[in-house]
Amino acid sequence: MNLKEKAHWVWLETLGIHRRAPETRLASSLSSIEIFVALYYGGVLRINPNNPRDENRDRCIISKGHGSICMYPILADLGFFPLEELKHVCESGSFLGGIPDPVIPGYETVNGSLGHGLGVGTGMAFGLKRKGSDRSVFVVAGDGELHEGANWEAIMFAAQHKLDNLHLIVDQNNISMLGYTDDIVSHGDLSSRLSAFGWDCLEVQGHDVLAVQSVLHQLKSVSGGKPKALIARTLKGRGVPGLENASLSHIINPKPELIDSLLEKFK
Amino acid sequence: MIFKPLAMRDALLEKIWQAMSKDTKIFFTCADFGSPVLDKIRADFPDRFVNVGIAEQNLINISAGLALEGYTVFAYAIAPFITMRCYEQIRVSLALLSEVRQMNVNLIGVGAGYSYVVSGPTHQCYEDITLMRALPNFQVLSPADHVTSAAFFDTCINQSGPKYLRLDAQILPVIYELEPPNLSSGFHVHKRGETMCLVATGYMLHTALKVAAELSSDGFHIGVIDLFDLARFSASELQNVLQAYSGVVSLEEGFRGRGGLDSMLFEFIARRGLKTKMLNIGVEGAYHFELGTRTELHEKVGIGHHAVKEAIRKFAITLPN
Repeated sequence: MNLKEKAHWVWLETLGIHRRAPETRLASSLSSIEIFVALYYGGVLRINPNNPRDENRDRCIISKGHGSICMYPILADLGFFPLEELKHVCESGSFLGGIPDPVIPGYETVNGSLGHGLGVGTGMAFGLKRKGSDRSVFVVAGDGELHEGANWEAIMFAAQHKLDNLHLIVDQNNISMLGYTDDIVSHGDLSSRLSAFGWDCLEVQGHDVLAVQSVLHQLKSVSGGKPKALIARTLKGRGVPGLENASLSHIINPKPELIDSLLEKFK
Repeated sequence: MIFKPLAMRDALLEKIWQAMSKDTKIFFTCADFGSPVLDKIRADFPDRFVNVGIAEQNLINISAGLALEGYTVFAYAIAPFITMRCYEQIRVSLALLSEVRQMNVNLIGVGAGYSYVVSGPTHQCYEDITLMRALPNFQVLSPADHVTSAAFFDTCINQSGPKYLRLDAQILPVIYELEPPNLSSGFHVHKRGETMCLVATGYMLHTALKVAAELSSDGFHIGVIDLFDLARFSASELQNVLQAYSGVVSLEEGFRGRGGLDSMLFEFIARRGLKTKMLNIGVEGAYHFELGTRTELHEKVGIGHHAVKEAIRKFAITLPN
């Protein structure tokens, strides 16, 4: 499978998981698929599924916990845990919950509560620098969770300490739980804001997996003494009629028959 | 050896400074808060020191990240700010995360109780025992003098997991003049009494010892215990000591009846089925803005030497011989 096919497979698998476990958040998991596919299959991250906390890995912090159910098929496919586990999401005894936790091989930190990943990832990037490691840290955050002020403490810190091993990828789907972020507390031109805080910032169409892959490689290769951000413009609920870019998509559960018809149509 | 009184923070930081030259895994973080010994750490180990600024949430997050990369982290700030300003970060990325990942982060909070005497209730700290003991996986360490504070260095280094050290901001008289207490049981018996025992933590141990000595000359022979490990004390050893008494008095420089030392002992005594009455001495009422010396403030809120003595006298009368 090429990257596009892989992204499509992850989309189908994510729909399937939500069909079986409607407690999972579907819409925010659909906006980040190409970001994760580019990171994990596109040669961006150094990973070791046999030893998920291998010292030589790049650290990927999935800060938008709820919106990363699409990581379950990716991690299973890569061998972090058996594919069979995908059938048991949210079931008693499974380690794959409605919100991922670091009991899942491949997850680094606790992210059910939003706005923590960037700060902890910044501490890891700082620690890697100070111990002379050339490994990188990637943090995938939602634009909604950037409302949490602790993010901006970390953003200032990372610039101060020239953490060019730190990469923030913002899944900018423009929607948090109760509506469009522009109507709640707007981030304005997020790219300019991050630049003003001393970050190198790029933007990409977040559903063009090849473009995301290319720009991630570009970002990773730069070591100019600045932390780096990628604003990925995405659609919450992408590809699901009634869900895509709907202001309340976070809390809408599409009808099972709709999911079944999509799975049948696009498989 | 005989110890000269020092600030608790300087005694602990001195041990950290001494260890940092040999142990390159020690990292020191602070939220724009200093001390004379911290100046030595900043100067001698600039690569393993960072001031995150006035940003306690980030202090915890950066410290958690450093710990995940294998560092033993000491994070340093004023007690109410390093506990309450960033409680969510402490809960999520220290208490919760340490359930599944090995990490050693030691929060050093300076300013227990009223020790920032004239700074008012924002800088004073009467809620931290309640909050920090609510968190699984956390150790809560509460020394009564700088000797104990320094002795906790070994605990910090040798025991993984998150810890909170609540240190007094003032220089207090030395309790353990010859050697530090044995930390293993989590408490130290200073005096054995007849019917009643005082269980104190932090600054209130000084009050307890003074009151017990004075009442002794009046014919009351009262036991005194320093409970310095509020999370992992030996329950069986404490039971062995307390079951000999018909009355137990808790003394803390924190709110009374809000889940602190008093609640902990109440629960302990109830769960263990001990037949002992309890008296709880802690800060009465709510927040206070009045200025005064620490002694005056303590008397106002019911934890001063005279108030404690009087309360204990009354309590003693109610106990069976």
